[in-house]
Amino acid sequence: MQTNPTYSIFPLGDNAILIDFGNELNESINQKLLEIFRKIKNQNMPGVLDVVPAYSSLTIHYDVMKIFEKAGGKTVFDIITDQVKKIVEDDIEISFEQNRKISIPVCYDEEFGPDLSYMANEKSLSIENIIQLHTAKTYRVYMIGFLPGFAYMGTVDQRIQMPRKENPRTNVEAGSVGIAGEQTGIYPLQSPGGWQIIGRTPVLLFNKEKTAPVLLQPEDEIKFFSISKHEFTNYQGRDS
Amino acid sequence: MSLQIIRAGILDTIQDSGRYGYQHLGINPGGAMDRFSAQLSNALIGKDLNAPVIELHFPAASFLFKKSSVICLAGADFSAFINEEPIPIHKPVFVKEGSMLGFKSIKWGARCYLSILHEMQIEKWLGSYSTNIKAEAGGWEGRHLKAGDRIVFTDAELFNHQNIHNLLLPWKSDGIKKNNKLDVMVGNEWNWLTEISQHSFQQNDFQISINADRMGYKLTGKKLKTKEEKSLLSSAVNFGAIQLLPDGQLIILMADHQTTGGYPRVAHVISADLPLLAQTNPNEIINFHLTDMGTAQEKLIQQQKHLQEIVEACKLKMEKYLLKDK
Repeated sequence: MQTNPTYSIFPLGDNAILIDFGNELNESINQKLLEIFRKIKNQNMPGVLDVVPAYSSLTIHYDVMKIFEKAGGKTVFDIITDQVKKIVEDDIEISFEQNRKISIPVCYDEEFGPDLSYMANEKSLSIENIIQLHTAKTYRVYMIGFLPGFAYMGTVDQRIQMPRKENPRTNVEAGSVGIAGEQTGIYPLQSPGGWQIIGRTPVLLFNKEKTAPVLLQPEDEIKFFSISKHEFTNYQGRDS
Repeated sequence: MSLQIIRAGILDTIQDSGRYGYQHLGINPGGAMDRFSAQLSNALIGKDLNAPVIELHFPAASFLFKKSSVICLAGADFSAFINEEPIPIHKPVFVKEGSMLGFKSIKWGARCYLSILHEMQIEKWLGSYSTNIKAEAGGWEGRHLKAGDRIVFTDAELFNHQNIHNLLLPWKSDGIKKNNKLDVMVGNEWNWLTEISQHSFQQNDFQISINADRMGYKLTGKKLKTKEEKSLLSSAVNFGAIQLLPDGQLIILMADHQTTGGYPRVAHVISADLPLLAQTNPNEIINFHLTDMGTAQEKLIQQQKHLQEIVEACKLKMEKYLLKDK
């Protein structure tokens, strides 16, 4: 029998509540909160606007007026908290659905990875070592946030873990692959950003024309593979 | 039969009450910065509160109406005029075909909302008309309005001209009342602050810095400190969240905020006071007053009820000016 993780509920202002499972990067906690996320999403609770899973928390954004209209004397915050508690404490059915396995091509050329040589220096590794270490592991998508379709993946081999840049770049190109601490991620759009950039993928992570505009989702298993500049330029799978 | 942009403004976008249901994909709600005024501009001409409006920043665009319509401005007062005649805000105005709408100077506020009785021919993206500039999606081609843009009106003739004798229709409303004291609720990481910093958060003034836009307002004030150096894993944030940055200064997240963030959330501006904040400009001073959940939600509910009353009343008032079979 699975036990539910311990949690606490806090208000996030007057229109959201945060279910906090402890400020900890832990795969099994993340897995359980994603189960709860799917349950809440499937229930289509009236007044719930958004459900946002993160590493170790789940946030529910709600419409105060919609819930108020059916309140019947109770406060809006109490109603939403009770509803959410009920779902969290329900026995969680573990789904045996296979996680999606996705391979993503990355060109680790210095033109696309402006922090490669700096990292190689800091870590006393060759650029080839960095590429080899980054492509060796299978990463898990823990959460999506920051930008449309930005997947936070972990965990990066200790030998290539690097803190964020002290002065973030004002412009990181779309498709850039970066490292921040034990996380790795891909910028879906051009954006300011502080991650150490080691390469670029030709794959579109965000496509506004699609009904599912975002490519990656939590629990996906990601593996990177190295491609040449020529392969990057001639990549045909952009719209697939 | 359209609305034509003659001269572009600095940042004029189509917004509604926001895009919900996609934050788990990293797609933020966006929407009008001052939701109250956006909704009020719709309410005063009897339109659905959540209908798309044009959010104007100063200097704002000038518009040519290629078809007669009724408009209402709300929120900031940018000294609007139609064909050189000044027009008031928070009051419906009949605009004749061929008229120019322009804006002269900022009298008050930061964002003015333009609601138009006709339906604009624009497409929804993921359930909302709001412009998401970063994703280049929603609103008008996913970008701010430029000179030469023509927004087509889809409705046929709406008006019973016999009953329109004056450009100003005979009703109005009050807008939001300026107040630099914002009600806030403590955030999840409030207790990370030292007692001295908790005190100074409540007692001191904070200035809106020049880094203040639709994404967030960076504040300048007395530096705040945490009891210990702790780091927070990224988790969800929302409009109005007040985060403590590593340099001890605060940032308030606004309509175009990221969906998640990793800075401590020390407090939240209550929803009912976000319109006030959205109407402040860089260099203005604000301060914070702690309140509780009950008060915050009650204030929002009252505000919404007030808007619903206005829209119901104005729908009836408008009938006289509209063709019966419409």
